[in-house]
Amino acid sequence: MPGPVQSIERAAAILRLLAASQGRLGAGEIAGSLGLARGTAHGILRTLERVGFVERDDGSGKYQLGAALLHLGTSYLDVNELRSRAINWADALASRSGEAVRIGTLLEGRVLVVHHVFRPDDTLQAMDVGTLLPLHATALGKALLAHDANAAASIRDTVLEPYCRRTITEPRALARAATRVRESGWAAEVEELSIGEAGIAAPIRGHGGLVVGAIGISGAVERVCDASRVPEPRLVAFVRDAARAVSRDLGGSRW
Amino acid sequence: MTERYVMSIDQGTTSTRCILFDHGGRLVSVAQREHRQHFPKPGWVEHDPLEIWRNLERIAPEALAQAGATADQVVAVGIANQRETTVLWDRLTGVPVGRAIVWQDTRTAALVDELARAPGAAAVPGRSGLPLATYFSAPRVRWRLDHTPGLRERAERGEVLFGTMESWLIWNLSGGVDGGVHVTDVTNASRTLLMDLRTLAWDDDLLAFFGVPRAMLPEIRSSSETYGTARKVFPGVRIGAALGDQQAALFGQTCFAPGETKCTYGTGAFLLMNTGTAPVRSANGLLTTVGYKIGDEPAVYALEGSIAITGALVQWFRDGLGLITTAPEIETLARAVDDNGGCYIVPAFSGLFAPHWRGEARGVIVGLTSYITKHHLARAVLEATGWQTREVVDAMNRDSGLGLRELKADGGMTSDNLLMQIVADVLNVPVARPMVVETVSLGAAYAAGLAVGYWAGLEGLRRNWHRAARWVPAMDPGRRAAEYDNWRRAVERTFGWIRAEDGDPADR
Repeated sequence: MPGPVQSIERAAAILRLLAASQGRLGAGEIAGSLGLARGTAHGILRTLERVGFVERDDGSGKYQLGAALLHLGTSYLDVNELRSRAINWADALASRSGEAVRIGTLLEGRVLVVHHVFRPDDTLQAMDVGTLLPLHATALGKALLAHDANAAASIRDTVLEPYCRRTITEPRALARAATRVRESGWAAEVEELSIGEAGIAAPIRGHGGLVVGAIGISGAVERVCDASRVPEPRLVAFVRDAARAVSRDLGGSRW
Repeated sequence: MTERYVMSIDQGTTSTRCILFDHGGRLVSVAQREHRQHFPKPGWVEHDPLEIWRNLERIAPEALAQAGATADQVVAVGIANQRETTVLWDRLTGVPVGRAIVWQDTRTAALVDELARAPGAAAVPGRSGLPLATYFSAPRVRWRLDHTPGLRERAERGEVLFGTMESWLIWNLSGGVDGGVHVTDVTNASRTLLMDLRTLAWDDDLLAFFGVPRAMLPEIRSSSETYGTARKVFPGVRIGAALGDQQAALFGQTCFAPGETKCTYGTGAFLLMNTGTAPVRSANGLLTTVGYKIGDEPAVYALEGSIAITGALVQWFRDGLGLITTAPEIETLARAVDDNGGCYIVPAFSGLFAPHWRGEARGVIVGLTSYITKHHLARAVLEATGWQTREVVDAMNRDSGLGLRELKADGGMTSDNLLMQIVADVLNVPVARPMVVETVSLGAAYAAGLAVGYWAGLEGLRRNWHRAARWVPAMDPGRRAAEYDNWRRAVERTFGWIRAEDGDPADR
């Protein structure tokens, strides 16, 4: 087992020192208090500043605890809150794409549908909020999987159930699909959960860029994809725009 | 071809919002800014009209920028506004006389009691469609005139203008002291107590009764016509619509046929039913109001049931009790239990509105036992909105003779799935949410777009309406009846709490 990482111990000490201080502290004061070389303290402080755990006052050049640290314990986003913040953009997405919209979050290795907007054709449709979908066979699931180490871990040792001929059941193929999602910023499913159905999804990011859910459309494969079974770029753009708009409202715009 | 849009301004109680809509009635961009709530004395609620105007100047360019659009892509601007909030301002300087007196403000309680005893009081409801209450604008105008030295004389000379928020914004948009247009629309005018509901004109008897000089009143226009051209904020853009926010929501929900009903769930809830081109008098505690009027077409009337506290009860649960940190968490908390555990909350925080109209009622929590947890209370909070809706729907069905078959719901609380299910359960009719929840803004945009020919007619707008969600009743009829009975017994316990001899503590 590897030993403790010295720089993390030092970073923790700096945070404790700042938490205990009445006002801001300069890099020199911090280095002096902790018996660190000035350059070492400076390097750690710059890194902490990058991740938002400390903030540097432009005038005095001194440091204090950062806002991101205060949000650390409360970064949990209630699913009903997520729905409430996303509802306008989900409506607009359904309206533009002409397809049903769902928002999903991760729940014990599956996708929990937390919001559902009907396909805007006024046909009879049933609300499926509360339904659980498989991570590996849905666009929503893959968007979550690609950006959440816990999600990826949660299904690493499970058997990937085949729903259709095209369902990804091979863990390494799923990992490759996740990498593609990370690179492209969106995920797709084409007849992987049910025959004739396709979907497109993109991650929703909250404070600090953390992925808190995914938003996507789903519908008949001939509407969602072109003749060569590739999702329509127009629809992909709508989904990504909606995901970005929700993320912006949740404070995840920088990512 | 360059995309063209309609801009909607929703001047609400807590914030002002600019929303850009496209031809499909789809929301393109939103910019919003809250304004300060002033509570100078218990029962007083004020807004600073200049702050609201400055907020509009700020957010309008933001909404355009978000959409990557310029003002010349906007075909018209429509305004929906908080109703009954009263602004007086100086025609020559544009400076407001004091702050705006907000619809929630009850400072006119004593004045209204006095007016109720004055000769002519009995004729007010018949003429205006409204009960004589602090809720409406006329007593506020009178209060301002009575309490500002020299104001009445200046108002009689036409130097001081009255308007609700849409008047104030249109006057400023169209130039302010430099040729600003002083108008209101029939829906807003129908909330003043000063307009004859049939002729749609200011009524001399009502003006005399309330002591409001005609010279200070705006011209009453339809809800959908070009009032003028903006010279500020959106230079060159036509100002094409104004509606009270609840009427705007009725319009945005495309409730164009008699019997069609919407309910907007916000701080309070407002149920409006289209009753066609003749006003229906209520025998069950509802208001008769103008729904909308498009250009020269006949006005369409509505019955309105107002519920004072719905979302505000959730806010109280969050801010007053601190049991949740955000409003939507109420659903998370309430879902932890299957029922209310026998507990009922009646939020008569400042009396009860429709259908009871009991100013002396105060809120109760009944049925408390040691079994009750915060989860049951959360459930009772949501159920309170459900049962209050039921009471108003029952009254509406009796007055109109039309049985409600489906409720079109909108507003922020429609994102609460449990609440929407509860409403469907207690009403025993399906509840549908439209694809655009922002129906207040959409209604103003529709009316403005119609005025300038961006949309051809009502049928086209109807085709824009799509169901985004639908909840169907799933409650056992026996349980529904038993719960309703419990709710009614809980409501009875709120009556008569404030006794005439002590008065409201807020008034002392």
